[in-house]
Amino acid sequence: LIFMNLYHYASPARFYPLAARLAPWFAVLGVLLGLAGLYLGLLVAPTDAQQGEGYRIIFVHVPASWMSMVIYCAMAFWSAIGLGFGVRLAHWLTAALAPTGAIFAALSLITGALWGKPMWGAWWVWDARLTSELILFFLYLGFIAIRAANDDQRRADRSGAVIALVGVVNVPIIYFSVKWWNTLHQGASVSLSKSPSMAATMLWAMLLMALAFWMYSIAIALWRVRGYILRFEGEAQWLHEASLDSKPKQHAPLDTHFIEDLDESKAAQTPSPALGNETKK
Amino acid sequence: MHWNSLFEFLNMGGYALYVWGSFGATALVLSMECWWVKRANAQAQSELEAAQLSLELQA
Repeated sequence: LIFMNLYHYASPARFYPLAARLAPWFAVLGVLLGLAGLYLGLLVAPTDAQQGEGYRIIFVHVPASWMSMVIYCAMAFWSAIGLGFGVRLAHWLTAALAPTGAIFAALSLITGALWGKPMWGAWWVWDARLTSELILFFLYLGFIAIRAANDDQRRADRSGAVIALVGVVNVPIIYFSVKWWNTLHQGASVSLSKSPSMAATMLWAMLLMALAFWMYSIAIALWRVRGYILRFEGEAQWLHEASLDSKPKQHAPLDTHFIEDLDESKAAQTPSPALGNETKK
Repeated sequence: MHWNSLFEFLNMGGYALYVWGSFGATALVLSMECWWVKRANAQAQSELEAAQLSLELQA
């Protein structure tokens, strides 16, 4: 049944209004979780014994770094679906995630530099963890560039998917880099095998911020993919209609279905604090 | 509450530049992304409407 539902929503015309209904909820959740995380992280969590108040960078640095890796894995997943089942929407979801992933990779590097300077005395070191994260950032840029360079939509989808699938080997390298190599970067803050090496409030603040970034990423990717659907699918729709003008309109119900969905979703939209009302002009 | 005064909070134990720089950069970049998506979607929408209009004029 779940597979039938997924198949149902693989149609861009059906996914477009669904994305509009879901995105505001993820955005609101993201804002609430973010406020709770900021409250705990900045106002409640105690001072770190070694790093003083400077450690509070962790509340944006670790969640941003996690998201940069999670989003790349999600892109590899959707690319595999796109290539394996020929679902165009899966390729567009991959593409809609890429800018957000690149942003989180950049934020990981920026906040890492801002943390490294006071603690290590250097903005940047060619350490295994930092270097593999920089490579991840370039993989995102490469993915975006190769899609932009392909005018043919299907070729753009395929070549992007190849980068996403090949590049995903870098993610475990980033994650385990602090174990495999002797690095300046500190070890994992949270691990499944042992209890966390930090105070409970610190841990909660970090997890809340990570969840907030997660919700933000879903919301923004859903909004972005709506724009892609309009651009890629809408154009084909009008071209199709144009070619039908001279013929009897036997496909009319199919064609108007998409347009009806557009109107419906406009009416169903609610403004959200994080994103505003996207389609309002 | 961990802090005794607003100054203490803002000063971040001397790490103000690094801590607020990190949180500020994150807030700035994420809100830029929202604005960017909003603009791109509005553009896609208006291009679609323009295409629709030119089709109506042709018909």
